[in-house]
Amino acid sequence: MSTEIEAQGMAPGANVYTHGTRQSYLVGLGYAVILTLASFWASSSDLIYSPGVPILLAVLAIAQMGVHLVFFLHISSAPDQTNNILALAFGVFVVGLLVFGSMIIMAHLNHNMMPMDRLIQMQR
Amino acid sequence: MSAAEQALESGDAVPLSLRGPAPTRVVAGYGFWLFLLSDIIIFGALFAAFAVLCGETAGGPTAADLFDKKHVLIETACLLASSVTCGFGSLAVQSADKSSTYFWMAITFILGATFLILEVSEFSHMLSIGAGPSRSAFLSAFFTLVGTHGLHVTMGLCWLVVMLFQVATLGFQPMVSRRFFCFGLFWHALDIVWIGVFTIVYLGAHL
Repeated sequence: MSTEIEAQGMAPGANVYTHGTRQSYLVGLGYAVILTLASFWASSSDLIYSPGVPILLAVLAIAQMGVHLVFFLHISSAPDQTNNILALAFGVFVVGLLVFGSMIIMAHLNHNMMPMDRLIQMQR
Repeated sequence: MSAAEQALESGDAVPLSLRGPAPTRVVAGYGFWLFLLSDIIIFGALFAAFAVLCGETAGGPTAADLFDKKHVLIETACLLASSVTCGFGSLAVQSADKSSTYFWMAITFILGATFLILEVSEFSHMLSIGAGPSRSAFLSAFFTLVGTHGLHVTMGLCWLVVMLFQVATLGFQPMVSRRFFCFGLFWHALDIVWIGVFTIVYLGAHL
């Protein structure tokens, strides 16, 4: 890393991507395996109050995405990562609008639509 | 890490306006990160379509009829393991170690290919029982979402082969290790998308 920057003659303070070590990848793998198995278990277990299962699955999935971002993609709150974090926040915002917006709008439309059998009757 | 900290500490003394352009690696990494985020927005749109359409089976097979959890768990394990071996591979690229780069990246390729074979066999089984993408809106959305992910994995495998040839012919030039860095980001991002796929599509089917 440092040799490359020196070879390019970069100004001091040029920001540097921090990379993981072998150990951090293994720690990330450990967390990811636990979270994956937990979500597979939660989806088929009778021990959990069943209306709560989708929420639990969502929490586990978001936690695992966080683990992947931190341990595999090395996103952190370091000062040289501000741009990456801002871009990520904007991406998450757009995805949230897209997914939840679509779901809310389509649920409303479904709710307001005349039942299909009556619609067919009207066309006769 | 110490080099990075040193650079950051000395950077605090220099005002932002006087620091000059960021190194190519940072610029390339940031640009690729923006590409990945826009790719994730595409997947977000496909997820939204699937979430809206997953109940519209038109009298055809439902999600609970079609999906086998064990199969998905093996697929997930392949992709997760390949993500870690890809990380080991990029550590090998940084230390310019040719043989261990080949070793870890070959394992990454094999695990990725195993994932693809499992997915293709699932798709062909579904087609053979008449649950193709034209059967219902649910299945159209399913094949679009999971198929797009599979297409990304295929492109990633092609990219990996090209990168291994570049290591063989060009060695570990800054250009090559930069590309490998971007490949690592791509591969890890695909794994993040897969978390959404197995949670929403496969585990959501059995709720």
